[in-house]
Amino acid sequence: MNVDLSVDIGGLQLANPIIAASGCFGYGLEYAEAVELSTLGAIAVKGLFLDEREGHPPDRIVETPSGMLNAIGLQGIGVYRFVAEKLPPLQAAGAVVIVNICGSSIEEYAEIARVLDDADGVSAIELNISCPNIKKGGMVFGCSQQGTHDVVAAVRQVTRLPLIPKLTPNVTDVASFAIAARDAGADAVSLVNTFLAMAVDVETRRPRLSNVVGGLSGPAIRPIAVRMVHECHQAVEIPIIGMGGIMSAEDALEFMIVGASAVQIGTANFVDPFIWTTLLSDLTTYLHRHQIQQVSDIVGTLSLNVEGSQ
Amino acid sequence: MLVDVEAVVQKNTRLSSDYNVVAIAAQDIAAQALPGQFVMVKPQASHDSLLRRPFSIFEVLRDNAGNLAGLSLLNKQIGVTTRALFNAKPGDSIRCLGPLGRPFSLPGSMTQAWMVAGGVGMAPFLGLAAQLRAQGVTTTLFYGGRHAGELFYLDAFRRLGVTLHLATDDGSVGDHGLVTLPLSRALQRTPPATSAQIYACGPTGMMHAVTKLASTHNRPVEVSLEQIMGCGLGGCYSCVVPVRSPGGMRYVRSCLDGPTFDGTRVVWDQIA
Repeated sequence: MNVDLSVDIGGLQLANPIIAASGCFGYGLEYAEAVELSTLGAIAVKGLFLDEREGHPPDRIVETPSGMLNAIGLQGIGVYRFVAEKLPPLQAAGAVVIVNICGSSIEEYAEIARVLDDADGVSAIELNISCPNIKKGGMVFGCSQQGTHDVVAAVRQVTRLPLIPKLTPNVTDVASFAIAARDAGADAVSLVNTFLAMAVDVETRRPRLSNVVGGLSGPAIRPIAVRMVHECHQAVEIPIIGMGGIMSAEDALEFMIVGASAVQIGTANFVDPFIWTTLLSDLTTYLHRHQIQQVSDIVGTLSLNVEGSQ
Repeated sequence: MLVDVEAVVQKNTRLSSDYNVVAIAAQDIAAQALPGQFVMVKPQASHDSLLRRPFSIFEVLRDNAGNLAGLSLLNKQIGVTTRALFNAKPGDSIRCLGPLGRPFSLPGSMTQAWMVAGGVGMAPFLGLAAQLRAQGVTTTLFYGGRHAGELFYLDAFRRLGVTLHLATDDGSVGDHGLVTLPLSRALQRTPPATSAQIYACGPTGMMHAVTKLASTHNRPVEVSLEQIMGCGLGGCYSCVVPVRSPGGMRYVRSCLDGPTFDGTRVVWDQIA
């Protein structure tokens, strides 16, 4: 039996459902020595503003049990340099590129999307309305249903590219935000971004991050992320890209079974940049073992009927 | 070429109650390693701790026949990973990714090299000393630690023909005080015409002080920084260092642009 790993995420055709998560894979090219970039389902590149940004002072990360806190502050080269310097080599490497974008205003989001819509080699736009580490923009939009709706609707007007708002988990009811995104014209949603969190050095009584607070990622957050994808899957019919602490194919399958059409790999890249071949081969092995020919057939197959479960 | 291996521990040599040297069979990394480069290491499979840790490549090891046998790491136990390395047993395996980072620069015109080490910051200098001595460069090590029992591998440096100047916090050997004391004296008595490259690795305050001293005496200085790192590959933007640039201060990734930097480029008062 040949298994088919291809998936369709709201018009975005991917050869497999495993995507490198934004902020955890640089601009992709940093990892070219560890993994053949064309073998990834896609690469969601590091979040871009219109212009270059320096980000927060160090310290920017701290480890926590089974996870890490980061407050990078979206250091980046801006969309113009990205299009000029990074897109051509990404295209040459055969990478499927999802560009993660962030703005301080709705106008900035729309302007970045216009630039990307005109560029060659962009497969989709992921809207970062969920970064917990910047003061203006980002999560400010993602924590209000109206803000989510307004950003998505504005960007929808200026691009034909598949549009994927990345949702924050730092809200009471994440599914209502998936609905707001869908209603504004999103082709899919991705979740979760990191959980707003904090760590303190008790000797100095100072925060461990220069930004005081940061975003928690890694295996520590996975069960919460799985629950949130499950809730969104029950609320919207548009495709969901699930993420949060995935370290193995089994972890990825948890997300897919509760309704994710694809998954993103974030923190795991830091631990094991060579993880990609293992993930794909383990996923294929699972499908063989369960006699499932199309990976998309596993999506949303959670069995809630205890009596009737196989 | 970037290599990630499950390297088998060959030997764990305890140097003191918290320092040790772990020899691992990472031949493919050792074969490519240049002085100043580092590896990202994870001795435990569990998620505690989750991330790898950066370590300078201490020695490139060869067996009795001269064949490449692996590399070693100089370790001081502080946290979870360093404790696991301190307790590593022969036969254990350690995930090791490398070689990474920009090596020390070795200007062809250099006739003298001064290495300034503080504590575990000695790690990149044994390999550098071997390289320098092989090139016929007159090499001196200024080495500071808390006490005599925390200055290691002195004989190994001497065997390479390296001149030693020691300093200890308690005065148990060498100068009583900071390693910048003997360095400062040497700078004052060395004629300005002598072309001496200075290298420094150790606590941030020490590297800052060495950079100031070197600048005062118009000596080039290269430092090896030890920022908190997430990935070692440039993916996470955690390990940034503030550097001077034409447009003002910029943050650059120490895993890619470093860990070695021209000390005068670093904006020392902005470093965490």
